[in-house]
Order: sequence, then C-alpha cells, then structure tokens
Amino acid sequence: MAHITVEDLVKTFAVAHRSPGFWGSVKGVLKRDWHEVRALDRIGFSIERGELVGYIGPNGAGKSTTIKILSGILVPDSGRVSVIGFTPWLDRIAYVGRIGVVFGQRTQLWWDLPVIESFDLLRDIYAVPKHRYRSCRDELIEMLDLGGFLDTSVRQLSLGQRMRCDLAAALLHEPELLFLDEPTIGLDAVSKLAVREFIAELNKKRGVTVILTTHDMDDIEALCSRVMVIGDGRILSDGTLSELRASVTRERWLTVDLAEGGPAALVNDPDVRLIRHEGRRFCLSFDPQRVSVPDLIARIARNYAVHDLFVENPPIETIIARLYESRAARAAGRPVAAP
Amino acid sequence: MRAYLAILSSRIRTLLQYRAAAIAGVATQLFFGIVRMMIFDAFYRSSASAVPMTHEQTITYIWLGQGMILLALFGVDKDIAEMIRSGSVAYELTRPLDLYSLWFARALSGRATPLVMRALPIFSVALLFLGLQPPPTIANAVVFLVAAVGALLLASAIIVLLTVLLLWTISGEGINRLVPALIFFCSGIAIPLPLFPEWLQSAIAVLPFRALMDTPFRLYMGHLSGAAALSALVHQWTWIIVVVLAGRMILARGLRRLVVQGG
Repeated sequence: MAHITVEDLVKTFAVAHRSPGFWGSVKGVLKRDWHEVRALDRIGFSIERGELVGYIGPNGAGKSTTIKILSGILVPDSGRVSVIGFTPWLDRIAYVGRIGVVFGQRTQLWWDLPVIESFDLLRDIYAVPKHRYRSCRDELIEMLDLGGFLDTSVRQLSLGQRMRCDLAAALLHEPELLFLDEPTIGLDAVSKLAVREFIAELNKKRGVTVILTTHDMDDIEALCSRVMVIGDGRILSDGTLSELRASVTRERWLTVDLAEGGPAALVNDPDVRLIRHEGRRFCLSFDPQRVSVPDLIARIARNYAVHDLFVENPPIETIIARLYESRAARAAGRPVAAP
Repeated sequence: MRAYLAILSSRIRTLLQYRAAAIAGVATQLFFGIVRMMIFDAFYRSSASAVPMTHEQTITYIWLGQGMILLALFGVDKDIAEMIRSGSVAYELTRPLDLYSLWFARALSGRATPLVMRALPIFSVALLFLGLQPPPTIANAVVFLVAAVGALLLASAIIVLLTVLLLWTISGEGINRLVPALIFFCSGIAIPLPLFPEWLQSAIAVLPFRALMDTPFRLYMGHLSGAAALSALVHQWTWIIVVVLAGRMILARGLRRLVVQGG
C-alpha cells in the first residue's frame, strides 16, 4: 500500500470582504460579505515509501494548505487522506508522533533554551527511549555538524545554524516521513548546500520519505526524483523532472559567443528565436524537431565567426513559469470565481 | 504526563534565572505592605465598632497577600497571545501533545517559580520584623499549603482561559481588561474580604476569586475551621474544575474557528 494516499481533497477558506472607503467599513460592521476561496479543488496523488517528492507552485496555489492538512494542522472540507495508516486530523496526537515537520519560516525549538536542552525536551515530548535517543541525537549532530553551538540558546543562532538544528529536532524520534516546507528559504549558498546534502543522505540512507515544498528550483533539481506542480488548487503536473519539461516545451537553448574582431552581428536564423543577448553572447531558443542540433551548429558556424557555443535545457524556473502562464491563460478564458 | 512535566521543569529552570526581577518584586511588595499596614493601623485606631478580624490577623493577612500577590495579578501568556495573533498557533498542533495541557503547564510554571521566589523572602522578613504571625498549629500550616496549591492551579486555569479567549479577539481583549480588576477587588488583595459589607459577602462567596487568596490566608490563620474550611476547599476545587473545562471547550472550538479562517 502507498505511504500517502490523497483523494478528492477539498479545502475552502471563507474570506471576509470589505468594500473600500469609510462607508465600506461601516457597512462591514453591520453586514460582512464572505466569499469562498477554494484553496484545494479535488486534488489527489499517492506517494510510495522512500520517495523524495518536490511539491511546487506559485504563492497561494495551495501548497502550504496541502502540507498543513497532511501534517494534521488543518481539517479539510472533504476528501480522503491516509498517511502511514492514519487520517491526520482524526488521530492527530498519535499521528504527529510518527512524522517530522519543518517549516522554514519558523522554528519548533525553544528560543530561550540551549539547543541541546531543546533536544532533550523533544525526547520527553516524543517519549524516545534513552539509548535510541542518544545514538540518534549523536548521529544527527555529526551529520549536520551541530557540535559547535549545542550550548548556544536558539535565539542567538544564525538562520543557517537554526535550520540545521530544526532539521535535527524534527528527526530525533526517527520519523519515517518528513514534511519540509521551504527549508532553504533565506539561507546562504553554503547553508543551502549543507541542507540539501543532508536531505539527500537522509532519504538514501535511512529511507525516509520526504515531501518538500520550495520556490528554489535548484532544490528541486538537486534533490527530487519526482515533482508535483500545483496551481489554483489543482495538480497541474506530476512526474519526473524530464517528463515535466517534455510536457511543457520541447525547446532547447543554444548559447553562442561570437569571436572578437569579427562582426558583432545579430545572429539571425529562421529556425531560432533570440531570447537575449549581452555583448557578443547570444542566447537562442530552438525546437530540436524542426532543426537538429548538428545542423543548426553547422549553419551558425558557417555564417558567423563563432568563439564558443553550448546547448542546454531551459532552466527549470522557465519551465515552471511557462506552466503557470499557460494555466493562467487557460483560466482567463473561463469565468473565475476567485479574485 | 512525562512530556508536560519535562516542559514544566524546563521552564522553571529558565525562570529561576530571573533573579533581578525577583529582588525588585520583593522590595516593591515589602514597601507596599508597609504602606498598607499603616493604613490599616489608622483604620483600627479610629474604628469604634466591632471588626470581624483582629488587628494582628489583618496584618498577617496583608503580609500573606504581599508574599503571594502573583496569584492575584493576571496577564495572558504573552508568547501564546502573540502566536494567536499571528496565526502560528496552528503549528503547535504538529507536536504530539494536548494543547490545553501544554499551555496549562506553561501557565503553572510561569506562576509558580516567581511566586516562590518572592514569597519566601517576604515571609521571612515579615515573620521576623513586620508582624506576620506563624500559623497557630501545624494543621493550619498543612491546610494552608493545600489551599495555596489549589490557588496556584486555579490561577493557572484562569490564565489559560483568558489566553484562549483571545481566539475571539474582540471579546477576548475586553474580558482581559475586566477580569484582572475583578480579581484585584474580589480576591482579598485590596481589602481583606471579611471586612467587606454584609450585602457583598454572598456574591464574593460564590465568585471564584476568593479561592486565590482569601481562602488560603484564612485557613492559615485558623479564621476558617471545620465545616467552613471544608466548604472553602470544595468551593476552590469546584472552580478549578469549572475553569479548566471551560478553557478546554473554548480552546477546542477556537482552534476549529482559527482553522476555518485559514492561515
């Protein structure tokens, strides 16, 4: 049986609406207009044990709502959810004892306590047996390199240090499932790499299932074998990164540096589209089904003095942005309830 | 249970570090205790009619009140109030804990530690120099301690109740201004309750607030004994149960509401 099954999940929020201006506020006192925002519109998916799934979407798409329902915080309007055999909101206390949750925007450690005391407190909260706790804690301290600031109180930690401590804190009770909501938000490059490396290792070595939301596409490229994209409360796409790419666009990018001394002419070819150019560097997009890569390169090398060139896939950001745009364009064609 | 005890003891250890606040509190309460002593001194000298408490008893009552004033000064739990305002209170649900018990443990530790840190020095100074009488018998001391623990539980339950009322912002904040004033007046910290006029006594007897101060103090002095002592303890525990149940109910409904509003 799948680790996580979600079927027909619906969650709406009632949002108070007030007309602008003074009379609007007066009216609002007497009668409030509520309108419904459908955060999740019958979404469904299933996730197997040991998967590392990226869950992405623009702000307000329903990412956090999904994570909050799966982690037992929110109660959905309708739909079925089964996670490691539990329905999260029905048996919350027993369920959350078996999962780990990290919200990048906040800490679950105690501000006033030294890191190590927060860990000890979590041992009591999760009722982890002493010897298990000690070996697990020491392993996490080593993997995340926390040794240097265990006696520092949480409020004095840098964001990167705090995030590493939060990851450890979420794993002390050895959960088989980990929810990460924007774990790399605001981190510097080095901390991001450390966090990514840790997540990958955790998934590989301990077999922990990880669901990760993020706006950082590098997180996705580095970590996730599977990507789910949500927009307007629906799953827009679900599959591997290359499947996602293929479903949105076939295009590839060719970057050409023209040689010094030669004419810095604008590269002009009927089969390519210029995306941008800086000085002598031109970035072109083409469809490999219309023109093969060797043909295109040969053609360009014949007509221009080429210094260097390389072919790449469009960055994942671009792919995702396209996906959102096409979705929005389609949505604009039909009447939309939400503002 | 173990988890809540761990949180309790961890907070107690943290709060024990606020020694400067405790010293300042002791000095303030000693000062105001002396002022109140002088006021009642004048009152007893000028009063011609019979008074339901002797002058010595009143002085003892005052010093017990100064030492345990934290049982009658109320505020909501600031950290939790902030979480409620920002909506991040929902994240507390990711811990495998009962939220009410967790908050009760916080309120209890937040009250108990500073209380003991102020009461012990104030009682010592007042016993030696300022006219605080020791309890007449060991039994009185024991009953006093029992009632003081009850008062602490009731105080914690009231704090949690006031805090969870903030889930209904508007009414929550109004009640949060009203209740501390009521407590100040009706617990006995302003004027010993036995000195209140007859017509107010029946209302004060029913309200929960006398169980915070007046009940333990009068048990200490032996001013209540036998059936009256027992009924005062029953009154205290009835209110503890009522306030806890009310707090639990409001929290459960409030969380559902919070969830409906999103966040």
